[in-house]
Amino acid sequence: MAKITMREAISQALWEEMERDPKVFILGEEVGVWGGTYAVTKGFYDHFGPERVRDTPIAEAAIVGAAIGASMRGLRPIAELMTINFAFSAMDHIVNEAAKMHYMFNGQMTLPMVIRTVGGGGRQLGATHSQTPDAIFAHFPGLKVVAPGTPADAKGLLKSAIRSNDPIFFIEHATLYQTRGEVPEGEHLVPIGKSTVQRTGRDVTVVTYSKGLEISLKAAEQLAKDGIEIEVVDLRTLRPLDMEPVLESFKKTNRAVIVEEGWLSFGVGAEISARIYEDAFDYVDAPIRRVAQKEVPLPYNRTLEQMALPQVEDVIKAVKEVI
Amino acid sequence: MELTKEQRIEMYWMMLLARRLDERAWVLHRQGKIAFHISGIGQEAAQVGAAFALNRGEDWVTPYYRDLALMICLGYTPREFVLSLMGKQGEPSSGGRQMPSHWSLRRANAVSHSAPVATQACHAAGIALAMKMQKKDQVVLTTIGEGSTSQGEWYEAVNWAAVHQLPVIFLVENNQYAISVPQEKQMAVRSSADKACGLGLEGLTVDGTDPYKVYEVVARAAEKARSGNGPTVIEARMYRITPHSSDDDDRTYRSREEVEEHKQRDPILVVRSRLEQEGLLTPEQVEGMEARAREMVDDAVQFATQAPYPNVEEGTYPVYAEEVRHD
Ligand SMILES: Cc1ncc(C[n+]2csc(CCOP(=O)(O)OP(=O)(O)O)c2C)c(N)n1
Ligand SMILES: [Mg+2]
Repeated sequence: MAKITMREAISQALWEEMERDPKVFILGEEVGVWGGTYAVTKGFYDHFGPERVRDTPIAEAAIVGAAIGASMRGLRPIAELMTINFAFSAMDHIVNEAAKMHYMFNGQMTLPMVIRTVGGGGRQLGATHSQTPDAIFAHFPGLKVVAPGTPADAKGLLKSAIRSNDPIFFIEHATLYQTRGEVPEGEHLVPIGKSTVQRTGRDVTVVTYSKGLEISLKAAEQLAKDGIEIEVVDLRTLRPLDMEPVLESFKKTNRAVIVEEGWLSFGVGAEISARIYEDAFDYVDAPIRRVAQKEVPLPYNRTLEQMALPQVEDVIKAVKEVI
Repeated sequence: MELTKEQRIEMYWMMLLARRLDERAWVLHRQGKIAFHISGIGQEAAQVGAAFALNRGEDWVTPYYRDLALMICLGYTPREFVLSLMGKQGEPSSGGRQMPSHWSLRRANAVSHSAPVATQACHAAGIALAMKMQKKDQVVLTTIGEGSTSQGEWYEAVNWAAVHQLPVIFLVENNQYAISVPQEKQMAVRSSADKACGLGLEGLTVDGTDPYKVYEVVARAAEKARSGNGPTVIEARMYRITPHSSDDDDRTYRSREEVEEHKQRDPILVVRSRLEQEGLLTPEQVEGMEARAREMVDDAVQFATQAPYPNVEEGTYPVYAEEVRHD
């Protein structure tokens, strides 16, 4: 198996699907000539041409709205929002239109579209450039929200997303693009809506996704030195949420920590812990702990920013607290 | 409204100071001393021209990230700028909380700059609305890049200001690119000022490399706004001489020849030679200005380098005016 970066994995998924299906096309700011803000679509413009790799005006509402329109006609648009922070400029189209049309109009039109975007902090880009508001998007029935943590999952999930007949909100993490991992050669699909165990352990179940996976796996290495074995469950998809591997693991460990980069209040951790309490209450041996971002807009200065973001040490501390 | 000789010279000085400061920011970035810089090089003339047309200290400004020269005219100091580049304590825009060049200097009535583009246009409309409701004789200047006029929010703000005859000047700094995307991929009109026509207000296009022309046009728009005759859209045409930001490599989308050609018409050079020709400045005086700018920039870098970083606790507030703590 080849070891490639997350960037390469995502790029391959897009390339392969565009080669496979002429109905797939990309639209967004700076995706063409420039090759994408994170260089994901480098070379696409020259290979697929300006019709299928479209540089749009700076107009997020129109980018998502136009993708909705094009998908109604049977095309498979991939709308790129340069960062998730700019998704708020397109919020009406994402949550009022894309998420609801199929239901509201009783299935008359399908929206086989993907909104690809980049979230996350840690790069000193300030409060309105660094958010991890993934949970907000997962709140809306009708959207599928995917946020991979490994190159293999990124590739397999994105290919599934492009083939899906539902609108998919696909969140990549800005600081994971250089992460390397093994990706199977050839056709590689990962189903949307399936959580998975990324590291097995007996003592504590750590539930996480995206950047949280990296942090949790690092914590696992250090905890192992103290003889503590955590089991890391990667959600991969926030909606629809697959609790089965989480509950299965929890029934074994009886302890859980949830790790996410977004804010604590009303976050992914709140949802997961509520479900564990609802569905596995008899197995609970310790209060469930959550590790998340401090409740401030993310500051610019490096020290302040790191203070606000969840760290490996925070995970280690939380794990030790539940044992 | 006629500019005095002293004012014309002062305008050149402001352009020059902003330029030398901006150039130093690029050096600091190359030295790894700052994380990010976004530059106003090539855009100083329009910014200074517009600033001088305001009643500075009274009128309000909702600027955008390339407006270093505009901010300098409003009293923002080189020390303050370098503090912000370094994310240091006491930096007046944000105390190290926000990215550099996201100006908010309450003491100069310069407010509200976010990372998502075009939001400031809406805030300008609201500020102008308040001025009108409070019966104040003030105006708002709001600036934006030409690419960002593609945003719905810009149209919404301009339309609203036109409907209610609000005292706003919408200044578009058209530097011909939005990151890599050229103007013709953003709009089908030749000037963003042409967009005003469909919204029922005056739209004017001006040479943005000539600070004195920009001054004239903005001063007229300000007078019109003050006398209750509503907003104006002004496009100032210029060229972005540097890459989009310190994260960009502009060689992938424009030729070196094109950039060089525009460097020949750099407003700093053009204004200087004009003032010399008119006998307002001697080469010796310009040398003196250069030395003063160098001194101020050196001082700013030294000052900011020695300044402390914010304490970690500073990152936890002030989220609310009525503070709620989550410990
Ligand atoms: C809502 C939103 N979408 C996208 C971006 C990313 N972005 C930052 S600057 C920029 C280009 C802006 O171009 P223009 O308005 O012409 O201003 P210039 O940078 O050329 O001065 C883009 C697309 C953003 N900041 N906000
Ligand atoms: Mg521009």
